Amino acid sequence: MVPALALEAITITFVSPDGARYTAVRDTSLRVAPGEFVSVVGPTGCGKSTLLNVAVGLLQPSAGRVSVFGEPLAGLNAKAGYLFQTEALMPWRTARANVAAGLEFRGVEHAEALRRADQWLQRVGLRGFGDRYPHQLSGGMRKRVALAQTLILDPQIILMDEPFSALDIQTRQLMENQLLELWSANRKSVVFITHDLEEAISLSDRVVVLAAGPESHPIGEFAIDLPRPRDVAEIRLTPRFIELHGLIWHAMREEVLKSYAQQQLH
Amino acid sequence: MRNSSSTRLLRLWQVLLLVAFLAFWYVATSPTLLPPVYFDDPNKAAFFFGEPLKVFERIWEWFTSGSIYAHLWVTLVETALAFVIGTASGLAMGLWLALAPTASALLDPYIKALNSMPRVILAPIFAVWFGLDIGSKVALGVTLVFFIVFFNVYQGVREVSFTVVANARILGANDRQLLRHVYIPSAMSWVFASLHNSVGLAFVGAVVGEYLGSSRGVGYLILQAEGTFDINAVFAGIVVLTAFALLLDWAVTLAERRLLVWQPRGGETEKI
Ligand SMILES: Nc1ncnc2c1ncn2[C@@H]1O[C@H](COP(=O)(O)OP(=O)(O)OP(=O)(O)O)[C@@H](O)[C@H]1O
Ligand SMILES: [Mg+2]
Repeated sequence: MVPALALEAITITFVSPDGARYTAVRDTSLRVAPGEFVSVVGPTGCGKSTLLNVAVGLLQPSAGRVSVFGEPLAGLNAKAGYLFQTEALMPWRTARANVAAGLEFRGVEHAEALRRADQWLQRVGLRGFGDRYPHQLSGGMRKRVALAQTLILDPQIILMDEPFSALDIQTRQLMENQLLELWSANRKSVVFITHDLEEAISLSDRVVVLAAGPESHPIGEFAIDLPRPRDVAEIRLTPRFIELHGLIWHAMREEVLKSYAQQQLH
Repeated sequence: MRNSSSTRLLRLWQVLLLVAFLAFWYVATSPTLLPPVYFDDPNKAAFFFGEPLKVFERIWEWFTSGSIYAHLWVTLVETALAFVIGTASGLAMGLWLALAPTASALLDPYIKALNSMPRVILAPIFAVWFGLDIGSKVALGVTLVFFIVFFNVYQGVREVSFTVVANARILGANDRQLLRHVYIPSAMSWVFASLHNSVGLAFVGAVVGEYLGSSRGVGYLILQAEGTFDINAVFAGIVVLTAFALLLDWAVTLAERRLLVWQPRGGETEKI
């Protein structure tokens, strides 16, 4: 089967203005099948966001190829929706107008776009907050607006960079369940980045563990054979989950320690 | 947080300060109240500094007879035109140069040079080019407003968050939509930030232009009064100009509040 998204032998080297080179990611391949939910975990600074930027076409890899449904990627990835790690909402638009933005850019009539935006705001639990500007929302609310803004366009590939890390544990599990529900109703390919191993396991079909930077690369891939539909809170208590968690944690621990030691050096 | 009674006290002191100033002005310039301290002639102080009562009498007369309105109107029209044209051209130029790095690199030294030039000097040239009617005043105001807006827009566009732009593009914005929905709103916040400045400068352009040669406007009133050594009328003109400028500034503040609702302001909570 043709993968929805394929990163092949990607190397990313940043060159700073003073000529210093930093190879964040070396020789990394990642394939995501249509309808597959893949999580990427790895210590901070290992190059997770960088990889997503390559996948969406914002960043040219120094070496390697990106293909989308078999086609080599040129320019921006039109099949992908991207949930940025940092603030990406337009501060001069209300929550509703932010969610509607993508539809309007694609030529959907204004009133219709707003109507659908309201539906999506409701779906992410922000009914009644449509008229607020981003600065009037909490960090977690802004994340949810961004989620609605991306999902309203129904992209074939959804790239999410730590979307729920700003939320408290209850809201987070609520959103995770909601995401799974939305996803299973209409299966898209998802690349989900997180620091949180439990979150990764409870959501995904597959978890990819990246090594600590520099020259990060995948050090392990784990198929998550937990049954679906899942409840993210309940699944954490099952023996298989705990087993998988132990397995992946063991692989990660060394990397986390290495990354910590790296950063102490600097 | 300042509570309302201390605000009222502050207002009271501000009014008292004004009253004290007017009283001092009145006493010091009155030919009869004080013996002349500095000038040899008791009428000389009034000749140089005017007399507050006469100044206000003059203002009163201007407004009751209605003769001032035509002048105010002309000055207002000049200010408004200079503001609109200067802002529009500064906005267009700022957007263009911020989004076209080659053109901006090419024109950079010339823009710097034009900006450092004392542009009031251009007034006589504009008078030759555009005549003594409102055209030359508007032109002077435009040159003042343009650069303020231009630099702010240029800055504003450059400082749009990379993520916001990238996000809009991924959401499907083409270049035109990016300009309309990202760059212009972002630049506008900088334009509004400089609104007080640019309206003020449009006004300065209009008045200075009138002062240097015209047949109408508040600047012309002052010029005419100076020609006849009517110091009270000069001060009356200055007072009217100041009040007018304050009024403009207040209008700008109102406009700002409406247009920049999306920007965070300090202290938006209600005190119970
Ligand atoms: N534009 C850039 N220029 C130079 N170095 C960069 C640039 N962007 C990222 N890096 C470096 O690449 C590495 C990976 O960054 P990246 O943002 O992908 O990390 P991350 O895995 O997303 O971390 P986190 O989990 O903290 O978000 C970091 O060491 C960072 O310093
Ligand atoms: Mg990151």
